[in-house]
Amino acid sequence: MLEVRGLRKSFGEIEVLKGVDLLVHDREMVFLVGPSGSGKSTLLRCCNRLEEPTDGAISVDGTDLLSPRTDINAVRRRIGMVFQSFNLYPHMTALGNVTLALRLVSKLPRGEADARGHAALERVGLDAKAKAYPGELSGGQQQRVAIARALALEPKIMLFDEPTSALDPELVGSVLAVMQDMREQGMTMVVVSHELRFARKAADRVVFMDGGRIVEEGPPEQVLAAPTTERARAFIRDLAH
Amino acid sequence: MDSRFVETFFNAEVIARYLPLIAEGFVLTVQLALLVVVSGIGLGLVLALLRAFQLKPVTWAIVLFADLLRALPPLVLILLVYFGLPALGVPLSALATVWLVLTLVLAAFAEEIFWAGLTSIAKGQWDAARSTGLTFVQTLLQVVLPQAVRLTIPPLTNRTIATTKNTALGSVIGVGEILNQATTAQAFSGSATPLMLGAIAYLILFVPVVVAGRWIETRFAWRP
Repeated sequence: MLEVRGLRKSFGEIEVLKGVDLLVHDREMVFLVGPSGSGKSTLLRCCNRLEEPTDGAISVDGTDLLSPRTDINAVRRRIGMVFQSFNLYPHMTALGNVTLALRLVSKLPRGEADARGHAALERVGLDAKAKAYPGELSGGQQQRVAIARALALEPKIMLFDEPTSALDPELVGSVLAVMQDMREQGMTMVVVSHELRFARKAADRVVFMDGGRIVEEGPPEQVLAAPTTERARAFIRDLAH
Repeated sequence: MDSRFVETFFNAEVIARYLPLIAEGFVLTVQLALLVVVSGIGLGLVLALLRAFQLKPVTWAIVLFADLLRALPPLVLILLVYFGLPALGVPLSALATVWLVLTLVLAAFAEEIFWAGLTSIAKGQWDAARSTGLTFVQTLLQVVLPQAVRLTIPPLTNRTIATTKNTALGSVIGVGEILNQATTAQAFSGSATPLMLGAIAYLILFVPVVVAGRWIETRFAWRP
């Protein structure tokens, strides 16, 4: 589904990704963990070209993402992304947020876009809030609307960039429940998150990054419970405290 | 009230005689101001949107334009255009001169205000929109601009009022707007009453604009 090979990314003099290889299979849920500055978010943002990689190759669902012939806007419809700070459009209702790309990118007529928008909001349990503006919603609700905005485009893969880091602890559960539900529906997901308890329960694989490289990867019970590298051990010990 | 004060500023006879003249000036000023507002804000918006593409030569040209037009006093520009352009073979009427200069001045300020609004929108809005497949232009027009415009309403209202008030500078080159009519009437009547009528005419014109600005501001406010 997602194949990353030899990915490098530099911001000026600083090389943030130093050759990353990652393979994510269909219906797989992969957690990216690691200390801040290890390149997790940059890796994720390269996977829909919000960041332009310096070198390497990325393909999503068989499409070469970096080819000049690729229509990036068409590919992005198949790659959903959820952000730490939700990034809902504050001047539009929840339904407006969810249907904007359906109307502008998928070119659906308004009635059809609205129907799909309502269905997507229903999936995250928020169709009752379709007419609410982001400012009227809690953080957890906003993040679920943001998930619905990505889901409405029926993506093949979803990228989550610290989806619960900006939430009050009591609101985290509602977002994780939606992600768990998506997982059960067979969505392919790559998640950058520090919710290791959730990773242990839901992830197929945990990938530990440090210093712009993948240091260790494997099933969660292995990487999280008995990491082989000292770096990973130290990180997981620090998070547990 | 002191009768000399009333005699000076609210002389009934003078009012009766010169009110039509001031009214004429009022109508012309309203028309001129509306034209300046539409073309000035429109041009300023187009320039700010062009600047968003971040093409170096275009950006430089826009910044140069905005800085020059904001630095020069409008009266200097009006005199320069009115007495300069005919010599270059481009005769421009006094009215067209004031319209052109004030349009350019308002556009320069409006461009800076819109640009500040556009750049103040969080980068995450761009990320979110682009990640769902919206193009640069779609994101700019549908996501970023509507938010930016709301932020720009208060400074834009102030600048619009300040610039359209400068229609009074037209009196220097004989445009028959409010001030010109009022000073003409003052010269003929020897009374300050027409000037007071002119001042009242400006209030009638601009107080609603100020109030409308406040209304729009609250109408389009949204909780962040």
